[in-house]
Amino acid sequence: MAAGATYTPLETNTLSSAASSVTFSSISQSYTDLIIVISGNTASGGEVGSNIQVGNGSVDTGVNYSMTELYGDGTSAASYRDTNKDYLNILIATSGTSTTNTILQFMNYSNTTTYKTVLSRSNAPSVSLRTAVGLWRSTSAINVVKIGPFTGSWATGTTFTLYGIAAA
Amino acid sequence: MPILGIIASSRLSAAATAYESIATVTVGSGGSANAEFTSIPATYKHLQVRALIRGTASASAISANMQFNSDTGSNYSYHELYGSGAGGGQASDGTTQTRFFLHGNAPAATALASSFGVAVMDILDYANTSKYKTTRCLNGMDVNGTGGYILLDSGNWRNTNAISSIQITPSSGNFAQYSSFALYGIKGA
Repeated sequence: MAAGATYTPLETNTLSSAASSVTFSSISQSYTDLIIVISGNTASGGEVGSNIQVGNGSVDTGVNYSMTELYGDGTSAASYRDTNKDYLNILIATSGTSTTNTILQFMNYSNTTTYKTVLSRSNAPSVSLRTAVGLWRSTSAINVVKIGPFTGSWATGTTFTLYGIAAA
Repeated sequence: MPILGIIASSRLSAAATAYESIATVTVGSGGSANAEFTSIPATYKHLQVRALIRGTASASAISANMQFNSDTGSNYSYHELYGSGAGGGQASDGTTQTRFFLHGNAPAATALASSFGVAVMDILDYANTSKYKTTRCLNGMDVNGTGGYILLDSGNWRNTNAISSIQITPSSGNFAQYSSFALYGIKGA
C-alpha cells in the first residue's frame, strides 16, 4: 500500500480587526479534502449561524446551497434544513468570552464530477452545539471559500486555518 | 495577498505530519459491490476513513456497512444520533449486529443526481490486541430537500484482534461510480 504524509497546513488567517467575512482564494487543487478550523467569536450579539459561499474563481451567489442539521441547546435536540439558499448556514457562533469552535470538512472538493458536500461540527459552549451537512449543487472544483457569520462580523483574534488532505 | 483586516494571513509551506494516506478505493464506471482495504499495517496508532458514497440501488438511500477482518459474526454494535431536517433529534442503536455503519443514509439511484453522502470515521487504537475496537463517525447527505440526514455514530467490534482489513458494502445494489473510500493512518508518539 502506498503511504504518504498529508493533512498539510495551507493557510492561517488571524483577524487583527473585526471582519464581516474571511476568504480563502486560489486554493490549491492538489488535495482531495479541505479542512477549515475556526476558533473565535463574533464581534457582538447572540447566537448566529453562518453565511458561507464557495466557488471556482469567485463565490457562487446563486441559490445553489442547501443543508441538513442537528442542533442541541442543552434542553432539547432538533433538526432543520435549508433548501435553495444562496449561502450555507452550517455553523454556530456567538460573541463573548466562550470561544466558539468549528471544523468544516469539504469532501472531494477538487473533483469536477460530483456536487460538493461539506460536513460541519460546531460548538458554542455557552449556548449550543450543531452538526450539519451542506451541499453546493455544482460539479465545479472549489478554489474559493468565503466564511461570514450570518449577521455581524467576526471578532478580532478569531483564527481560520485551512488544511489539505491528499488521498493515495 | 493578505485580506483586509488580517495581519497574519500566510501561505504555509508543506510540512511533515503524523497523518498519512495509506490507500484509496475509487469506484469506476461499472460500479462496485464493495470496497476493501487489506494488509493494513499495524504501524499507526489510529485509522481514519474518509468516504464519498452513492448507491446504484433503485431507492432514495442506502447504508454503507462496515466489517473488520472479514468477521461476519454478530460481533458488532452501534449507537447513533441523527437529524433528518425536521422535527426533533432522533437516536437508534443495534446490538449483536453483523456490521455497523460507515454511512447510515447515503443517496442512491432515485436521489438528487450528482449528490453523494460523505463520512469521516475514526478507528481508535486499531492495532491494540487487548481492547475491543471502538469507532466514531460523522456522516451525512443533503439533497436540497426531504431526504437529507446528518448522523453521529459510535460503533463497537467485540474482538481484540488488531484490525488488518476493512470491508465496506452497500446495503443493496452496488456503490456507484465516483464513490471513493480513503484510508489514513495517524501516528502515535
